[in-house]
Amino acid sequence: MHVKILIGTAAATAVLAGFSSAALTGGEWGKYQVGDLRSGYTYAAPETRAIQDDDFENPAMLALDYGAELWSMKDGDANKSCADCHNDAEDSMKGVGARYPAFYEPWDKPINVELRINECRENNMKAKPWKYESREMLGMTSYVKYQSRDMPVNVDIGGPSTPFFQKGKAFYYERRGQLDLACKHCHEDNSGNMIRANLLSQGQSNGFPTYRLKWQGVGSLHRRFRGCNSQVRSTPFGYGSDEYVNLELYLAWRGRGLPVESPSVRN
Amino acid sequence: MASATPRIKVPESATKGEIIEIKTLISHKMETGLRKGKDGKIIPRQIINKFTCSFNDQVIFSSDWHPAVSANPLMSFHMRATESGRLDFAWHDDNGETYSKSADLTVA
Repeated sequence: MHVKILIGTAAATAVLAGFSSAALTGGEWGKYQVGDLRSGYTYAAPETRAIQDDDFENPAMLALDYGAELWSMKDGDANKSCADCHNDAEDSMKGVGARYPAFYEPWDKPINVELRINECRENNMKAKPWKYESREMLGMTSYVKYQSRDMPVNVDIGGPSTPFFQKGKAFYYERRGQLDLACKHCHEDNSGNMIRANLLSQGQSNGFPTYRLKWQGVGSLHRRFRGCNSQVRSTPFGYGSDEYVNLELYLAWRGRGLPVESPSVRN
Repeated sequence: MASATPRIKVPESATKGEIIEIKTLISHKMETGLRKGKDGKIIPRQIINKFTCSFNDQVIFSSDWHPAVSANPLMSFHMRATESGRLDFAWHDDNGETYSKSADLTVA
C-alpha cells in the first residue's frame, strides 16, 4: 500500500513537471499549440505528422483535388456550379473554415460547412444533396476548409448562437453509454494519457475533415463523434444532427486560436 | 472510389549526376480480399499488384505489391539524373487496368 502511494506521487510529479516545462518554453509545438491548447497534430506519431507536413504525401489532398474539380462542375436543374456564384474559392471561401459552424437565420440554428453546402445545392443549384459522408461531400468540405488554412479558429458564440453553444457544452460534459463516460473524461481529464494502446488527444476539431490512417480514407468530424460515441457504447446521433452541430460549435470554441489544418492526417 | 487518380512529383530539371527523389501517390482502395461485407461474403481482392517506372522506355524501378499495402499507396524512390528524357509511371490493377502518368525531366 505504502509503495503504491509513493509510485502514484512520483508519477503525478513527473506529469506536473512535464506540463510546466512545456508551458515555460511557450509552445514547443509552434503553430500547433496555443497556450495549453494543442492540436491533434501534436499527439500524432512522428511518421503521421510527416505525412501531413508534405502536401504531396497527404492522401487527403486527393479528396481535395476532387473537391476543386466539383467546384466548377455544373449540376442540378439550375445548371449552376459553385464557381458561378462564388467565383474563385480562394477568395470567397477564405475564412469560412475558421468561423463555422455559424448561426444560419433561415434555420434559426447554427449550421456547419457540410450542411451549408447541401443547403446551397438544394436551394440555389436545385441539385440533389450529397450524402454526408460521400466522396463528393468530403472533397468539397476539405476544399472549402482548406481555403482557411492556418487561420485561427474563431467561432461566434454570442447572440442567437448562445443557447446552442450551451447545449453543445452540456453534451460535452454529459455522461453517456454503458461505459458512462462524457467527452471530458477522456479529452479534458486524460489528454496525453494512454487509453490502452492509444494516446488521448484534447479532441480538437481544427483538422477535420481528416485523413485517418485507421479509416484508410478521409472522414468528417461527425464520423469521429459517432466513433467516440460507439466506443463508450452509446447510440451515436445522426450525421449532421442538431446534437453534433451544437457539439461542433462548442468544440470549435474550445479550440479557438488553433490553426485550421484541414485536411489533416491522424493516426 | 470510382477511379484511380495518380499523382507524381518529379523535379523539372536536375544537374547531371544529381540524385533526385521521385514521389508517387495514387488513390486506390487496395481491397485486400480478406474482409467480409455486410452480407457476410468476402469482398473480392482488388489491389494494385505492380508498379513500374521507366526512363526513356527502360525500366528503372519496379515493385510488386501485396495485400498488406495500404490504401492510397505512396511510393518514393531515388534516381541518378544522367540525361534528359521522359519518365513513365504505370500502376497495374488486379482488374487488368493500368493507370499511367508521365513526366519530363531536363538534365542540364
